[in-house]
Amino acid sequence: MANQDASLAKPARQKGLPIKARRAIAYVVLTIVVVMCLFWFYVLVINTTRNTGELAAGFTPFPSTHFIDNWKSLLADSLPMVKGMFNSLLVATLTAVLSTYFSTMTAYAIHAYDFKLKKFIFTFILMIMMIPSQVTALGFFRLVLKMNLEDSYIPLIVPSIAAPVTFYYMKQYMESNLPLSLVEAARIDGSGEFRTFNSIVLPLMKPAIAVQMIFTFVGSWNNYFIPALIIHDTKKMTLPILLARLRSADWLKFDMGKVYAMILFSIAPVVVVYLLLSRFIVGGVAAGSVKG
Amino acid sequence: MSDQNNGKPAEQAQASALMQGKSGASAPDGKAAARKNKKAVSYNRWGYYFLIPFIVVYLIFSFIPLCTTIYNSFFINYLARMKQVGPTFDGLGRYVKLLQDGDIFVYLKNTMIMWIMGFVPQILLSLLLGAWFSDPQLRLKFQNFFKTVIYLPNLIMAAAFGMLFFALFADSGPINSILVSLGIFKEPFKFLANVWSARWLIAFMNFLMWFGNTTILLMAGMLGIDPSLFEAAQVDGATSSQIFRMITLPLLRPILLYVVITSLIGGLQMFDVPQILTNGSGAPMNSTKTLVMFLNEYLKNKNYGMAGAVSVLMFIVTAILSIIIFRINSRTNK
Repeated sequence: MANQDASLAKPARQKGLPIKARRAIAYVVLTIVVVMCLFWFYVLVINTTRNTGELAAGFTPFPSTHFIDNWKSLLADSLPMVKGMFNSLLVATLTAVLSTYFSTMTAYAIHAYDFKLKKFIFTFILMIMMIPSQVTALGFFRLVLKMNLEDSYIPLIVPSIAAPVTFYYMKQYMESNLPLSLVEAARIDGSGEFRTFNSIVLPLMKPAIAVQMIFTFVGSWNNYFIPALIIHDTKKMTLPILLARLRSADWLKFDMGKVYAMILFSIAPVVVVYLLLSRFIVGGVAAGSVKG
Repeated sequence: MSDQNNGKPAEQAQASALMQGKSGASAPDGKAAARKNKKAVSYNRWGYYFLIPFIVVYLIFSFIPLCTTIYNSFFINYLARMKQVGPTFDGLGRYVKLLQDGDIFVYLKNTMIMWIMGFVPQILLSLLLGAWFSDPQLRLKFQNFFKTVIYLPNLIMAAAFGMLFFALFADSGPINSILVSLGIFKEPFKFLANVWSARWLIAFMNFLMWFGNTTILLMAGMLGIDPSLFEAAQVDGATSSQIFRMITLPLLRPILLYVVITSLIGGLQMFDVPQILTNGSGAPMNSTKTLVMFLNEYLKNKNYGMAGAVSVLMFIVTAILSIIIFRINSRTNK
């Protein structure tokens, strides 16, 4: 009763929790969320420094001294992890470059020019945006077999030229950041259309290109379903396929320290790049989307 | 949820376009001016030239595969003990067989159960965090740090994440070691041998990988709401939870719907995590086998007829969901 009286006595404005209490709750919850996100990676890093015996003895929150040993056994393993990283880097980089370049070009075609099929093509691209690659995987796989492109990187890289999602982002960005008067000015100065695109439009699109390059790179780096269907040669495998191989190996014989090292090795590049560019990624994405 | 990875910024752009009622399809300014210009006609040819790479690549690597996928679904065509059977035309026979066998319903149910178990906590937490991040009264510090951390799991390779959780939650792994030493369990719990713990694990991983993305998406939407609405409500003495229920949520509806459907499309594609975690077996007793794992099995066994039928059914479902999104977009754009 006393509590009720007290709350009734308060002015209406102070109903609910006071701001300081709300802030405190927010910080507590956020801290729990942060721990929930990072705990797994903490265990991963700790366990990468421990050998099989220590790992079998149970978890301790402190690192041990076997990081180098685990790294050496990773290098000596029959799964070519370093080669796999090189392969992943090659595929993801080429995918990111081709995908963003040609998506910008496609967006520019729709944004800057006026032609009969424009509306139709734009609507069409929006409609196919959501179709996942899994549902066409069968036809894609058979096409790859027919073209004799099994164990080749072409089917992993070239299809990214037609990336509706990247296209859509570029198109949105152009609407608010690419004044057509600039293009007109370039024309008056006698610049050819292709040159205008490369030397005027691309530089103006840099922020959007950077964001999309990162996401396309990460998407390709992490991609598992399609590459696993196409790449069978161990030397050509990308990291996700190698990890799947690792998973299907005989677990009883395994050096667990090495397994943790392999997992850390596969995710470290993306994590490092992300932490270096995180402000830019999260902030840039939010800014781009608000302007969108 | 694997292939959504590179879709986020555009999703967000789309989401904020939803909020602001901007048109994605609007023609650029200067269109009318360009039309009047005679010279422009010759420039406009370049629109087609610039579209060539996209169209050629799309036709070869997406459109033809889609057609052959559908075509293959009408044929009996598989390898049995190294012997090729078919291809023989079967009409809709593969679909009938698929639906009569009924396995597809089991895997659809698994997929949906794990999606819901991951999505419900995901949307709740994202709404809460989004509201806090976008609340000007609260003025949370370290926002960039929090956003960076919650977004991080989304960029982690799902295959590596699955492998990591497999190692962590193994019978003799560190999680069991911690739980036993804390006295929560007397002996190691077999997480991957129990139907519901295995499903919860997969759902939790999906939740972990996607709630940061959803938070940023919803936050962008919340920041797009006219701040004077909040101020007016505060002056009228509304509490923050009232403001959230009466103003934020209703205005966020188009984005929420968008998030639900894109997540559902992503959920239907659930593959990497359960595939790696269970080594493709969908253990225990196929209870974690998803639709795409089912499709993957047919592809690996070169049973093209059945793989085609599964793909086409999935295509139809995704297409229906996509049309809903397309409708939401164009309705709010008007």
